[in-house]
Amino acid sequence: MKTRVLLVDDEKEFVESLSERLTLRDYDVGISTSGEDALEKVKGYNYDVVILDVLMPGLSGIETLREIKKVKPLTEVIMLTGNATVETGIEGMKLGALDYLMKPCNTEELVDKIDMAQQRKYEHEERIREAKVQRIIASPRSVLRED
Amino acid sequence: MSSKSDIIGETGLQFFGKVSASISHEIKNVLAIMNENAGLLEDYTHMLENGKPINTELFKTLAGKVLKQIQRADGIVKRLNRFAHSVDNFAMSVDLVEIVTFMVELSHRSASSRGVSLEPSASTGPVKITTNPFFLQSLIWLCLDFAMDMVDNGKTIGIITEEKERCAWIRFTHLKGLTGISIDEFPSEREKALLSLLKADLTVDVNAGEIVITWPEA
Repeated sequence: MKTRVLLVDDEKEFVESLSERLTLRDYDVGISTSGEDALEKVKGYNYDVVILDVLMPGLSGIETLREIKKVKPLTEVIMLTGNATVETGIEGMKLGALDYLMKPCNTEELVDKIDMAQQRKYEHEERIREAKVQRIIASPRSVLRED
Repeated sequence: MSSKSDIIGETGLQFFGKVSASISHEIKNVLAIMNENAGLLEDYTHMLENGKPINTELFKTLAGKVLKQIQRADGIVKRLNRFAHSVDNFAMSVDLVEIVTFMVELSHRSASSRGVSLEPSASTGPVKITTNPFFLQSLIWLCLDFAMDMVDNGKTIGIITEEKERCAWIRFTHLKGLTGISIDEFPSEREKALLSLLKADLTVDVNAGEIVITWPEA
Protein backbone atom coordinates (compact mmCIF):
# COMPACT_ATOMS: atom_id res chain seq x y z
CA MET A 1 0.00 0.00 0.00
CA LYS A 2 1.28 3.48 -0.90
CA THR A 3 2.22 5.88 1.89
CA ARG A 4 -0.41 8.64 2.08
CA VAL A 5 1.19 12.09 2.33
CA LEU A 6 -0.46 15.50 2.65
CA LEU A 7 1.66 18.54 1.66
CA VAL A 8 0.58 21.82 3.27
CA ASP A 9 2.08 25.17 2.25
CA ASP A 10 0.56 28.47 1.15
CA GLU A 11 3.02 28.53 -1.79
CA LYS A 12 0.87 26.70 -4.36
CA GLU A 13 3.68 26.19 -6.88
CA PHE A 14 5.85 24.64 -4.18
CA VAL A 15 3.29 22.02 -3.14
CA GLU A 16 2.41 21.25 -6.76
CA SER A 17 6.03 20.60 -7.77
CA LEU A 18 6.88 18.63 -4.64
CA SER A 19 3.65 16.64 -5.02
CA GLU A 20 4.67 15.65 -8.55
CA ARG A 21 8.12 14.56 -7.37
CA LEU A 22 6.69 12.41 -4.57
CA THR A 23 4.06 10.93 -6.90
CA LEU A 24 6.87 9.87 -9.25
CA ARG A 25 8.38 8.10 -6.21
CA ASP A 26 5.12 6.19 -5.76
CA TYR A 27 3.58 8.07 -2.83
CA ASP A 28 -0.16 8.83 -2.62
CA VAL A 29 0.01 12.63 -2.36
CA GLY A 30 -2.60 15.23 -1.45
CA ILE A 31 -2.00 18.99 -1.40
CA SER A 32 -3.39 21.88 0.61
CA THR A 33 -2.57 25.59 0.67
CA SER A 34 -3.99 26.51 4.10
CA GLY A 35 -4.16 25.11 7.61
CA GLU A 36 -7.96 25.18 7.59
CA ASP A 37 -8.19 23.18 4.36
CA ALA A 38 -5.48 20.75 5.56
CA LEU A 39 -7.47 20.03 8.71
CA GLU A 40 -10.58 19.18 6.66
CA LYS A 41 -8.51 16.89 4.43
CA VAL A 42 -6.93 15.14 7.45
CA LYS A 43 -10.41 14.55 8.90
CA GLY A 44 -11.66 13.10 5.62
CA TYR A 45 -8.75 10.80 4.68
CA ASN A 46 -6.39 8.60 6.65
CA TYR A 47 -3.08 10.31 5.82
CA ASP A 48 0.03 8.65 7.22
CA VAL A 49 2.24 11.74 7.10
CA VAL A 50 1.59 15.49 6.89
CA ILE A 51 4.37 17.83 5.70
CA LEU A 52 3.37 21.15 7.24
CA ASP A 53 4.73 24.65 6.59
CA VAL A 54 5.17 26.68 9.79
CA LEU A 55 4.26 30.13 8.49
CA MET A 56 0.91 30.37 6.72
CA PRO A 57 -1.87 32.97 6.59
CA GLY A 58 -4.90 32.10 8.75
CA LEU A 59 -4.34 28.98 10.83
CA SER A 60 -0.55 28.82 11.33
CA GLY A 61 1.48 25.63 11.01
CA ILE A 62 1.78 25.28 14.79
CA GLU A 63 -2.00 25.77 15.28
CA THR A 64 -2.72 23.31 12.48
CA LEU A 65 -0.36 20.77 14.09
CA ARG A 66 -2.26 21.08 17.41
CA GLU A 67 -5.59 20.48 15.66
CA ILE A 68 -4.28 17.53 13.60
CA LYS A 69 -2.96 15.87 16.77
CA LYS A 70 -6.41 16.29 18.39
CA VAL A 71 -8.32 14.62 15.55
CA LYS A 72 -5.70 12.13 14.26
CA PRO A 73 -3.09 11.58 17.00
CA LEU A 74 -1.34 8.79 15.09
CA THR A 75 -0.83 10.82 11.91
CA GLU A 76 2.82 11.84 11.84
CA VAL A 77 3.69 15.47 11.12
CA ILE A 78 6.95 16.85 9.73
CA MET A 79 7.30 20.62 10.01
CA LEU A 80 8.74 22.64 7.15
CA THR A 81 10.31 25.98 7.93
CA GLY A 82 11.76 28.76 5.80
CA ASN A 83 13.40 30.36 8.81
CA ALA A 84 17.14 30.11 9.27
CA THR A 85 16.61 29.30 12.94
CA VAL A 86 15.41 25.97 14.28
CA GLU A 87 13.20 27.30 17.10
CA THR A 88 9.89 26.87 15.28
CA GLY A 89 10.81 23.34 14.26
CA ILE A 90 11.66 22.48 17.86
CA GLU A 91 8.42 24.09 19.07
CA GLY A 92 6.56 21.84 16.63
CA MET A 93 8.38 18.76 17.95
CA LYS A 94 7.39 19.67 21.51
CA LEU A 95 3.79 19.66 20.30
CA GLY A 96 4.07 16.21 18.75
CA ALA A 97 5.69 16.73 15.34
CA LEU A 98 8.09 13.90 14.50
CA ASP A 99 10.75 16.10 12.89
CA TYR A 100 11.37 19.29 10.94
CA LEU A 101 13.05 20.28 7.68
CA MET A 102 14.44 23.57 6.43
CA LYS A 103 13.43 25.02 3.05
CA PRO A 104 14.69 24.42 0.43
CA CYS A 105 14.85 20.77 1.41
CA ASN A 106 16.85 17.88 0.07
CA THR A 107 14.45 15.42 -1.58
CA GLU A 108 16.24 12.28 -0.41
CA GLU A 109 16.27 13.59 3.16
CA LEU A 110 12.53 14.35 2.89
CA VAL A 111 11.79 10.89 1.49
CA ASP A 112 13.81 9.27 4.33
CA LYS A 113 11.85 11.23 6.92
CA ILE A 114 8.50 10.36 5.29
CA ASP A 115 9.41 6.66 5.28
CA MET A 116 10.54 6.86 8.92
CA ALA A 117 7.28 8.63 9.85
CA GLN A 118 5.16 6.06 8.02
CA GLN A 119 7.03 3.21 9.77
CA ARG A 120 6.47 4.84 13.16
CA LYS A 121 2.75 5.26 12.49
CA TYR A 122 2.49 1.64 11.35
CA GLU A 123 4.25 0.44 14.55
CA HIS A 124 1.92 2.54 16.73
CA GLU A 125 -1.12 1.10 14.96
CA GLU A 126 0.27 -2.42 15.35
CA ARG A 127 0.80 -1.93 19.10
CA ILE A 128 -2.77 -0.68 19.47
CA ARG A 129 -4.08 -3.68 17.52
CA GLU A 130 -2.04 -6.11 19.67
CA ALA A 131 -3.27 -4.44 22.87
CA LYS A 132 -6.88 -4.83 21.69
CA VAL A 133 -6.31 -8.50 20.85
CA GLN A 134 -4.72 -9.11 24.28
CA ARG A 135 -7.69 -7.42 25.95
CA ILE A 136 -10.17 -9.59 24.02
CA ILE A 137 -8.19 -12.75 24.90
CA ALA A 138 -8.11 -11.75 28.57
CA SER A 139 -11.77 -10.81 28.62
CA PRO A 140 -13.78 -12.00 25.58
CA ARG A 141 -16.82 -10.02 26.69
CA SER A 142 -14.82 -6.81 26.26
CA VAL A 143 -15.42 -7.13 22.51
CA LEU A 144 -19.02 -6.10 23.20
CA ARG A 145 -17.71 -2.79 24.52
CA GLU A 146 -15.64 -2.10 21.37
CA ASP A 147 -16.43 1.14 19.51
CA MET B 1 14.62 54.20 32.06
CA SER B 2 15.89 54.43 28.46
CA SER B 3 16.66 57.76 26.83
CA LYS B 4 14.78 58.84 23.74
CA SER B 5 17.81 58.15 21.51
CA ASP B 6 18.12 54.63 23.00
CA ILE B 7 14.46 53.96 22.23
CA ILE B 8 14.84 55.27 18.67
CA GLY B 9 17.99 53.20 18.09
CA GLU B 10 16.43 50.03 19.49
CA THR B 11 13.20 50.55 17.54
CA GLY B 12 15.13 51.13 14.32
CA LEU B 13 17.21 48.01 14.84
CA GLN B 14 14.13 45.90 15.59
CA PHE B 15 12.45 47.27 12.47
CA PHE B 16 15.51 46.48 10.35
CA GLY B 17 15.62 42.95 11.78
CA LYS B 18 11.93 42.26 11.19
CA VAL B 19 11.99 43.48 7.61
CA SER B 20 15.18 41.52 6.88
CA ALA B 21 13.67 38.36 8.39
CA SER B 22 10.48 38.78 6.36
CA ILE B 23 12.43 39.31 3.12
CA SER B 24 14.72 36.33 3.80
CA HIS B 25 11.61 34.19 4.34
CA GLU B 26 10.25 35.30 0.94
CA ILE B 27 13.60 34.47 -0.70
CA LYS B 28 13.60 31.03 0.94
CA ASN B 29 10.16 30.35 -0.53
CA VAL B 30 11.35 31.28 -4.02
CA LEU B 31 14.43 29.05 -3.60
CA ALA B 32 12.24 26.17 -2.41
CA ILE B 33 10.08 26.38 -5.55
CA MET B 34 13.14 26.58 -7.82
CA ASN B 35 14.67 23.64 -5.95
CA GLU B 36 11.59 21.46 -6.58
CA ASN B 37 11.40 22.48 -10.25
CA ALA B 38 15.10 21.70 -10.75
CA GLY B 39 14.47 18.36 -9.01
CA LEU B 40 11.58 17.62 -11.36
CA LEU B 41 13.82 18.41 -14.32
CA GLU B 42 16.31 15.90 -12.94
CA ASP B 43 13.56 13.29 -12.42
CA TYR B 44 12.26 13.67 -15.99
CA THR B 45 15.81 13.46 -17.39
CA HIS B 46 16.42 10.19 -15.50
CA MET B 47 13.13 8.84 -16.87
CA LEU B 48 14.17 9.76 -20.43
CA GLU B 49 17.55 8.11 -19.90
CA ASN B 50 15.73 4.97 -18.77
CA GLY B 51 13.69 4.94 -21.97
CA LYS B 52 10.42 6.30 -20.58
CA PRO B 53 8.68 8.73 -22.96
CA ILE B 54 8.33 12.27 -21.61
CA ASN B 55 6.34 15.02 -23.31
CA THR B 56 8.81 17.82 -24.09
CA GLU B 57 6.11 20.37 -23.19
CA LEU B 58 6.84 19.45 -19.55
CA PHE B 59 10.37 20.85 -19.91
CA LYS B 60 9.04 24.10 -21.39
CA THR B 61 6.52 24.40 -18.55
CA LEU B 62 9.25 23.89 -15.96
CA ALA B 63 11.52 26.47 -17.62
CA GLY B 64 8.61 28.94 -17.54
CA LYS B 65 8.05 28.27 -13.84
CA VAL B 66 11.73 28.86 -13.03
CA LEU B 67 11.74 32.11 -15.02
CA LYS B 68 8.66 33.29 -13.12
CA GLN B 69 10.43 32.66 -9.79
CA ILE B 70 13.56 34.48 -11.01
CA GLN B 71 11.40 37.54 -11.77
CA ARG B 72 9.79 37.22 -8.34
CA ALA B 73 13.20 36.99 -6.64
CA ASP B 74 14.39 40.01 -8.62
CA GLY B 75 11.49 42.07 -7.24
CA ILE B 76 12.24 40.90 -3.68
CA VAL B 77 15.95 41.74 -3.94
CA LYS B 78 15.15 45.17 -5.44
CA ARG B 79 12.94 45.89 -2.42
CA LEU B 80 15.70 44.72 -0.06
CA ASN B 81 18.22 46.94 -1.82
CA ARG B 82 15.95 49.97 -1.66
CA PHE B 83 15.23 49.30 2.01
CA ALA B 84 18.95 48.91 2.84
CA HIS B 85 19.72 52.25 1.17
CA SER B 86 17.07 54.06 3.20
CA VAL B 87 19.67 54.54 5.96
CA ASP B 88 22.03 56.44 3.61
CA ASN B 89 20.77 59.95 4.38
CA PHE B 90 19.78 61.30 7.76
CA ALA B 91 17.46 63.85 6.17
CA MET B 92 16.25 64.22 2.59
CA SER B 93 13.23 65.18 0.54
CA VAL B 94 10.89 62.20 0.18
CA ASP B 95 7.51 61.57 -1.40
CA LEU B 96 5.17 60.23 1.30
CA VAL B 97 3.02 58.51 -1.34
CA GLU B 98 6.03 56.52 -2.56
CA ILE B 99 7.17 55.64 0.97
CA VAL B 100 3.68 54.48 1.97
CA THR B 101 3.43 52.33 -1.18
CA PHE B 102 6.82 50.82 -0.38
CA MET B 103 5.86 50.07 3.22
CA VAL B 104 2.65 48.40 2.01
CA GLU B 105 4.81 46.15 -0.20
CA LEU B 106 7.15 45.35 2.70
CA SER B 107 4.23 44.67 5.08
CA HIS B 108 2.40 42.45 2.62
CA ARG B 109 3.60 39.16 4.14
CA SER B 110 2.91 40.23 7.72
CA ALA B 111 -0.58 41.47 6.75
CA SER B 112 -1.35 38.35 4.76
CA SER B 113 -0.37 36.05 7.65
CA ARG B 114 -2.87 37.97 9.82
CA GLY B 115 -5.58 37.83 7.14
CA VAL B 116 -5.48 41.61 6.61
CA SER B 117 -5.51 43.53 3.30
CA LEU B 118 -3.79 46.88 2.90
CA GLU B 119 -5.38 49.36 0.49
CA PRO B 120 -3.46 52.57 -0.20
CA SER B 121 -5.63 55.23 -1.85
CA ALA B 122 -5.03 56.20 -5.47
CA SER B 123 -2.37 58.88 -5.68
CA THR B 124 -3.41 62.46 -6.38
CA GLY B 125 0.24 63.46 -6.87
CA PRO B 126 3.40 63.47 -4.76
CA VAL B 127 3.35 64.68 -1.15
CA LYS B 128 6.86 65.95 -0.42
CA ILE B 129 8.40 66.41 3.01
CA THR B 130 12.00 66.59 4.23
CA THR B 131 12.66 63.97 6.87
CA ASN B 132 14.66 60.88 7.86
CA PRO B 133 13.48 58.15 5.44
CA PHE B 134 14.51 55.17 7.56
CA PHE B 135 12.79 56.31 10.76
CA LEU B 136 9.76 57.47 8.75
CA GLN B 137 9.49 53.89 7.46
CA SER B 138 9.87 52.60 11.05
CA LEU B 139 6.99 54.79 12.19
CA ILE B 140 4.70 53.73 9.33
CA TRP B 141 5.61 50.07 9.99
CA LEU B 142 4.70 50.40 13.69
CA CYS B 143 1.41 52.12 12.82
CA LEU B 144 0.54 49.40 10.30
CA ASP B 145 1.47 46.68 12.79
CA PHE B 146 -0.80 48.22 15.44
CA ALA B 147 -3.57 48.92 12.89
CA MET B 148 -3.61 45.25 11.84
CA ASP B 149 -4.84 44.37 15.34
CA MET B 150 -7.46 47.17 15.26
CA VAL B 151 -9.00 46.54 11.86
CA ASP B 152 -12.76 45.98 11.56
CA ASN B 153 -14.47 42.86 10.24
CA GLY B 154 -13.73 43.73 6.61
CA LYS B 155 -10.07 43.13 7.49
CA THR B 156 -9.00 45.93 5.14
CA ILE B 157 -6.91 48.89 6.27
CA GLY B 158 -7.27 51.98 4.09
CA ILE B 159 -4.18 54.21 3.87
CA ILE B 160 -4.71 57.73 2.62
CA THR B 161 -1.74 60.00 1.92
CA GLU B 162 -2.59 63.61 1.11
CA GLU B 163 -1.60 67.23 1.41
CA LYS B 164 -4.17 69.72 2.65
CA GLU B 165 -4.07 73.03 4.52
CA ARG B 166 -0.28 73.06 3.93
CA CYS B 167 0.07 69.87 6.02
CA ALA B 168 1.08 66.37 4.94
CA TRP B 169 -1.18 63.58 6.24
CA ILE B 170 -1.15 59.82 6.44
CA ARG B 171 -4.46 58.33 7.61
CA PHE B 172 -4.92 54.67 8.53
CA THR B 173 -8.66 53.99 8.28
CA HIS B 174 -11.31 51.31 9.06
CA LEU B 175 -9.90 50.70 12.55
CA LYS B 176 -13.08 49.98 14.52
CA GLY B 177 -11.06 48.11 17.17
CA LEU B 178 -9.71 51.44 18.42
CA THR B 179 -12.81 51.83 20.59
CA GLY B 180 -11.47 49.11 22.89
CA ILE B 181 -8.00 50.57 23.58
CA SER B 182 -6.90 52.61 26.57
CA ILE B 183 -5.57 56.11 25.97
CA ASP B 184 -1.94 55.27 26.85
CA GLU B 185 -1.77 52.11 24.72
CA PHE B 186 -1.00 53.92 21.47
CA PRO B 187 1.16 55.77 20.64
CA SER B 188 3.63 54.05 22.97
CA GLU B 189 7.05 55.41 23.95
CA ARG B 190 8.50 54.00 20.72
CA GLU B 191 6.11 55.89 18.44
CA LYS B 192 6.40 59.04 20.55
CA ALA B 193 10.21 59.01 20.26
CA LEU B 194 9.99 58.57 16.47
CA LEU B 195 7.34 61.30 16.15
CA SER B 196 9.60 63.67 18.04
CA LEU B 197 12.58 62.88 15.77
CA LEU B 198 10.46 63.22 12.63
CA LYS B 199 8.73 66.40 13.89
CA ALA B 200 5.33 64.84 13.28
CA ASP B 201 2.09 64.57 15.28
CA LEU B 202 -0.09 61.53 15.73
CA THR B 203 -3.73 61.46 16.74
CA VAL B 204 -6.01 58.51 17.38
CA ASP B 205 -9.59 59.29 16.30
CA VAL B 206 -11.58 56.57 18.03
CA ASN B 207 -14.95 57.68 16.61
CA ALA B 208 -13.73 57.75 13.01
CA GLY B 209 -11.65 54.59 13.51
CA GLU B 210 -8.50 56.32 12.28
CA ILE B 211 -4.86 56.87 13.20
CA VAL B 212 -3.58 60.10 11.66
CA ILE B 213 0.03 61.25 11.31
CA THR B 214 0.54 64.88 10.29
CA TRP B 215 3.50 67.02 9.33
CA PRO B 216 2.74 70.71 9.70
CA GLU B 217 3.96 73.12 7.02
CA ALA B 218 4.76 70.45 4.42
